[in-house]
Formats: sequence, C-alpha cells, structure tokens
Amino acid sequence: MNAYKKDFPILHQEVNGHPLVYLDSAATSQKPYQVIEALENYYKSYNSNVHRGVHTLGSKATDAYEGAREKVRRFINARFSKEIIFTRGTTTAINLVASSYARTHLRTGDEIVITPSEHHSNLIPWQQVAKLTGATLKFFPLEPDGTLDLSKVKETLTDSTKIVAIQHVSNVLGTIHPIKEIAQLVHQHGGIILVDGAQSVPHMKVDVQDLDADFLAFSAHKMLGPTGIGVLYGKEALLEEMEPIEFGGEMIDHVDLYDSSWKELPWKFEGGTPIIAGAIGLGAAIDYLQAIGMEKVEAHDRALTKLAFEKLSQVEGITIYGPKENRTGAVTFNLDDVHPHDVATVLDAEGIAVRAGHHCCQPLMRWLQATATARASFSIYNDEQDIDRLVEGLQKTKEYFGNVFR
Amino acid sequence: MSLDDLYRRVIMDHYQRPRNRGQIEEGAVTVDLNNPTCGDRISLQMRVVDHVIQEAKFIGEGCSISLASASMMTEAVKGLTVDQALELVDLFSKMMQGEEIDFDKFPLEDIEALTGVSKFPARIKCATLAWKALEKGVKSGQ
Repeated sequence: MNAYKKDFPILHQEVNGHPLVYLDSAATSQKPYQVIEALENYYKSYNSNVHRGVHTLGSKATDAYEGAREKVRRFINARFSKEIIFTRGTTTAINLVASSYARTHLRTGDEIVITPSEHHSNLIPWQQVAKLTGATLKFFPLEPDGTLDLSKVKETLTDSTKIVAIQHVSNVLGTIHPIKEIAQLVHQHGGIILVDGAQSVPHMKVDVQDLDADFLAFSAHKMLGPTGIGVLYGKEALLEEMEPIEFGGEMIDHVDLYDSSWKELPWKFEGGTPIIAGAIGLGAAIDYLQAIGMEKVEAHDRALTKLAFEKLSQVEGITIYGPKENRTGAVTFNLDDVHPHDVATVLDAEGIAVRAGHHCCQPLMRWLQATATARASFSIYNDEQDIDRLVEGLQKTKEYFGNVFR
Repeated sequence: MSLDDLYRRVIMDHYQRPRNRGQIEEGAVTVDLNNPTCGDRISLQMRVVDHVIQEAKFIGEGCSISLASASMMTEAVKGLTVDQALELVDLFSKMMQGEEIDFDKFPLEDIEALTGVSKFPARIKCATLAWKALEKGVKSGQ
C-alpha cells in the first residue's frame, strides 16, 4: 500500500460497498491527521483572536498565524513574509489583483493576455477588468494538445501587454506551462505576470523568485490543507502600490471620522478577523508536504499521471485529452457513447470518485469539442492500485452500458 | 442503491431514441436553459394554442438521464393545457424529492421510470433540467 494513505483517515472507508478510491484531488484534496489535528488543537487549546490580545492565548494564536505565513514564504521561496497575503482561496487572490492592481493600472489600448484553458476564476476577473478599463483581453493560442508554443507566446506579446495571467498547470489537461520562460518574455515588454498556481503548488516545488512571478495565487484545500484559505503572493513593490479592497477592522492604522490610514503589508489586505484556523491548517499541510519533500511529491504525482495516461489509453473507445508528456495531477477523458455523468455514476457505484462536467472551464470544453468530460486526478495518497481500480471500473461502465443498450 | 434503479430500460430507450428531438419551424415559444454546474443544455420549443400545448420539441446535449427526461417530458405534455403542464411540473418535482406519488391517480407512463433518480442526489438536476425549461416556457407564454 501507498506509504502515505495511512495518514488520511477519510480514505479508509467503504463507499457503496467498495473500498473508496478517491480520484478527485484536483477539485479538493483529502487532509492528513496532521492537518486535522492542527485545526483541532487550535480550537481546543488556544483559539483566540490575533494581533490584539495581551493575553496568553492571543499571543499563541498570533504566533501560530504569523508562523504559518512564514511557512508559506519559505515554501514558495518569497523574499519577505509580508509578500504573503492570506485570502479565501485562489479565486479571491486573483480577484484582489484584478480589482486593486489591474483596475487602477490599465486603460484603453492596454492588453491583458491569458490562455483559453484558464479556470473560470482566472478568466472572468479579466473579462470584468477589460470591460471596466477599456483594455483588450487577448489569448495565447493553444497547440492541438493544449500546450503553449513559446514562439507563439512571443508573437502575442506586445509593449501594450500590461498583464499576463496564466495557469501554471491546467486543471483539465494537466499541462505544465513554461512559466519561467513566459515570465521573461512578459518582463521584456514591461508587463507583469500573475500565475494561477492552484494546480501546481500542490504537485511541485514552486519558487516565485526562480520563476520571477509577480503574483502567485493558490488554495490550501487542494494541497492537503483546509478549505477557506489561500494565498496571494505579490512582489513587495507591487503590493505596496496597491490599495486594499476590503475595509474594516484589522487592516487599519489610524482611524478618524472622515479618513483613515492603513496598516503596512501584508495586513492592509487582511480586513476583518483573519482565517486563523485555516492559516494554521495550511501551515500543517506545508509541514506535511515538506517532510515528504516536494521533489518526491512531484516525482510521485508525475509518474502516477503518466501511468494513468498509459493504462487508460488501453481502454477501448476512450479519448484522453491533453499532452502525453509533461503533465501532472490529472487525466481527463471520455468514453465513446457514454456521457461523463453516467461514467461517474457507474464508477461511484464501484466506490470510485471522479469528477464529471466542465471543470469550470467552459471555453476549454468548447475548444476540445466536448460538452463535458470525466477527470481522474491524483495526490500523494494515490497509487497504482487506484489506477487499476479505475480501469476496471471503466470496463464495468462499458459492460453496463453495453448491456442496457442492447 | 442499485444502478438498475437509475438506468431503467425505458430510460435508455428514450436516451437512444429520443422522441420529439428537433425544432419547430414557426410559432413556437423557445426556452434555452443550461445547467451551469455540469454543462448540460436544452433548447425547448413549444407551440401553444388557446392555452393547450400542441407540440413540444427539444434539442440539447447531456447525459442519459437529462436527455431521456426531456424526451419523456415532450411526449407527456402534448395536448395538455398550460395549467395541467404546470401541475405535472409540480408532480415531477415531488417525485424527484422522493415523495410518494400515487401513480394510479396520476398515470405518468414512461416518466415513472425516473423515480429511481431521487435515490441519486447528484443526478436529480440532470432529470429536472427539461422540466425547468417547460415551467419557464409555459409561464412566459401565459
């Protein structure tokens, strides 16, 4: 058995009479004991508000909350912990940049460039920015396998390109995009790059300085942490010139009847009582991942994705989307003549959890000429047996539908 | 929970050989609906004369349950008055919530086969899409 499975209590159960095979980690990952206990420990022994207590529990909570920020800083190799803003998740992080930075820095004639395979959360904020500022929304063309050709990336960028917002790894195709090279090209034109790391940070070592990313957004719940918390990393200089978009407690310095001033970074962006338990849980997830080692996590997830691609390719009547090589985390597919919802329902009856639908990527589905797809996605707790169960489940799906159609 | 409760033979028959698939040339109310969580879509057309549904046709994309449900619905509403159609919408909704329906009192024919969907909560929205389109269509035509 996989060496890490024992740490994930939820995986040790039967679903519909079969041992659970959880293949939906791209939607949300499961949580190890270490994360669950960190949350429980906070609520049981030092629950308190942060940054204001003179009392012991308040100091303990503040230390844990700010300690989590430092863990995130080291995890993504940011220069300063003040460059780490806690948000509700990737969506909120991207929206913060769109609402605060983009709306004030862009005007008619400027360009925002993204890919057609973005998750809705990295598409719609830019549609809104374009509508409000008069900037133009452009797209890097995709190759037939969903990858990017750097020469075409180069051709798309101009001196008017102010923001490039791009997924590091596609949540549908698993494609790993060459962020470092793209960042260089964007910077040559004087633009900035926001990286949607929701599907990369859980699966590989992401170093913001090495990538030279201006912003990086990601969510804790996809990397073994709790829901409700994510991170916006931003370069200090950019965050300094940005205005908060949420106002209230926690984020203020001096308050007058008619005017107020803000705290310094990162707190000016964290209005209201922060997501204390969430941050602590994220810190525990980072500890867990780092104890394994992100190199090992990356090797495991890529190898498993490759194996799944190979084994699924042998299923008759299957279409697999996306590139064969250089992908991680997910394999998306369709079976001939069986709608993905029906595939997912039959698999569920076998105890296998996969996602079916458009995966928050409606434009990509149209590009793939599919109304919906089924997706199996992986994490550190999955192994070859899970892939074998999936393949068996798909054979059963075909048999089942073969029979009812007869 | 058995898959056979969900995928009844009559459902698969409607899925494979959908009735009333197509478009009405003219004089029809059109309702386009999609299910934003899964991507299923339906375009339902109805020709209503003197509060009676003369004809109902649909085109769409979706899973077996959503297409079979659309096929059955378009069969069932033909000849019904608008008020009767709305009663049927209500009855179907109750059926999806797992409420007991007296099928002797309300003969639903093929639609009865969709009863099993109520045991698969994730699939209820597949079955109800066409019925939501029906409700919207008859209400807009009133």
